Amino acid sequence: MITRQRLAAGASALFAALAAGIALPSTALADETTAAAPKVNLVLDVSGSMRARDIDGQSRMAAAKQAFNEVLDATPEDVQLGIRTLGANYPGDDRKTGCKDTAQLYPVGPLDRTEAKAAVATLAPTGWTPIGPALLKAADDLDGGTGSKRIVLISDGEDTCAPLDPCEVAREIAAKGIGLTIDTLGLVPNTKMRQQLSCIAEATGGTYTSVEHTDELTDRVNQLVDRAADPVVTPVATEGTERCAQAPTLRSGLYTDREEFGQQRWYRVDVLPGQELRASVSVSADRDVNPAYGVLLRAVTVKGREIVRGEAAGNGRTDVISTGLRHPKAERDDVDADKPAAETVCLQVTHSFSAAAGVKTTPGLPLELTIDVVDGPSPSSDVAAFGLGRGWWLLGALVLTGFVAGLLWGWLSRWRVAVWRTN
Amino acid sequence: MRIVRALGAALLALGWAVSPAVADSPSPSPSDDSAAPTEAGTSFRTAAEFEPGQTATADGSAGDYLYWSFPADAGQRPTVEATVKLPDTHAAQTWQIDVYDGLRRRQACQYGSQTRTAAQGAASVELACTLRRVRAWSEPWANDPLPGTYYIRLTAVGLPTSDLGLPVSAEVRVEGKEIGGAAAVDGALAEPLVPGVAVKPEAEQEDSAVLSSIEPEDGWTSGWWSDRWVWTAVGGALAALAGVGGYALTRGSGRPTRA
Repeated sequence: MITRQRLAAGASALFAALAAGIALPSTALADETTAAAPKVNLVLDVSGSMRARDIDGQSRMAAAKQAFNEVLDATPEDVQLGIRTLGANYPGDDRKTGCKDTAQLYPVGPLDRTEAKAAVATLAPTGWTPIGPALLKAADDLDGGTGSKRIVLISDGEDTCAPLDPCEVAREIAAKGIGLTIDTLGLVPNTKMRQQLSCIAEATGGTYTSVEHTDELTDRVNQLVDRAADPVVTPVATEGTERCAQAPTLRSGLYTDREEFGQQRWYRVDVLPGQELRASVSVSADRDVNPAYGVLLRAVTVKGREIVRGEAAGNGRTDVISTGLRHPKAERDDVDADKPAAETVCLQVTHSFSAAAGVKTTPGLPLELTIDVVDGPSPSSDVAAFGLGRGWWLLGALVLTGFVAGLLWGWLSRWRVAVWRTN
Repeated sequence: MRIVRALGAALLALGWAVSPAVADSPSPSPSDDSAAPTEAGTSFRTAAEFEPGQTATADGSAGDYLYWSFPADAGQRPTVEATVKLPDTHAAQTWQIDVYDGLRRRQACQYGSQTRTAAQGAASVELACTLRRVRAWSEPWANDPLPGTYYIRLTAVGLPTSDLGLPVSAEVRVEGKEIGGAAAVDGALAEPLVPGVAVKPEAEQEDSAVLSSIEPEDGWTSGWWSDRWVWTAVGGALAALAGVGGYALTRGSGRPTRA
């Protein structure tokens, strides 16, 4: 999957690249509008429990249908929308069959509103709640293209198909690095369901919402579909190394990588004299981590001398910890042909997240790296702007100096006149 | 200060070339006319952009991480204010705003309650954060605020499971107070700290997504104007006057007493 994204990024890099001969993955900020439209897959729970009549006096199923109709009307033109159901077809008691019960109701593609609505109208609450398998299939539905991808999961009960933990499934999907976000909505949720659905959401950088009323459901799903339509910069996948010498050389752009607990990642950036390197790094916590954490970004020369570092630490609930650094490389005074013009700066990223008990440590945490190489700043030769002064003390000092100078000059010229007269 | 401004105006009349500079100085005029965002982003990359003076709103769920971004220019001291409206019934919740600069470095708050706990059933919670003044230049080893994009992250940090996902709505405002020449430092960045600034010119696509397209209403200040010019010039003029005065003292009435 990463290879696929790299290829796509390389293709879209054609227009952006100066093509200086450095191959993939050197150019970032692939423009998603040229590649593909945003894709959204709505995953609806049609399990037996959806019959419960506790949303504004109507059944959960009726509320979901009403919301879907309104959402289908409001979906932006450029969004490719699909609908997948779980627990819609098998009413029996066989757990094994029931836990495979997920079907594509409407394929992901250009939206025909009437058709989609007709398909939704046929749904009736039926079977089990296989959230995990449904998510896996939903992710496959969205395969291909470089646009943003989003799964909106609407469920009213926790997964009934253990041991496949849907939260683990979400982490696996996130680890594929296809930039897929899962948002979850819980209809009249209980505590366990809240935890499960918010775990799924947080694993992929999505959101979890509790829904008690139909209009809340409509508004939220609409909001999520609109969010998918917003153009977003797609990061380029890269892979840092354990050592600077083998590290990939990056140019200005946005990159993504994975970093395991206790691992370090090295990257290289070439900076010309008179340019400034700006780098920022964010490490996301996509699973349960212990409450104290930090991140360190160091800029080091190839010989191992530290130039500058950025560090951040925190505690408590967080989605991300980030830091950054600036490194202006001074203009060269002596033009020495023997020395290479560009300086290679090694960037080292380490984080101090620790996995909570019982949490998988692979794949690593998602890491986002922004590199900007811009013109260097004009240096400061004084504390104040242009060395100018300010304030009453300055005025006083200047007036006093002027007055004393006037007096001296006056006395001097009087003395000279007196001398001239006596002569 | 007003005297200084008046003197500055007098100098203008004397033919000093101050006029282009005055036009160049930043003015914090608020703009409510252009549409403020009604949605928030969910990450640094998707942060909703708004201008100081606008009120950005967003509906979300308790537990969401809501991101906005705004521009801050040299010589300003931005204050971020956020109000979170909570649902009718909820347990005690702790909310927090964090402000990050264009390099995603967390910025300290000088004043304001950045973290606050809403008591059980409270209708809303108000948060505030006043940043340090934004400088035009700083050493690369310092994390002083520099002109560029600033990110706001609003989230609940202490949330009981029973409150996860409850609907909340949030409002954020930013006021940029002008600090004036007191904050005018020497040196300037070639480009403001706007993420992706080095990539923008190459992507010539119309609709292309950029990391941050933020810019203050009047553009970024070029940074060479500050009221230090007026202070120094006025000081020079007063020194000249005092010099003439001192000279005159030694000369008496200006005519020799004995011819």
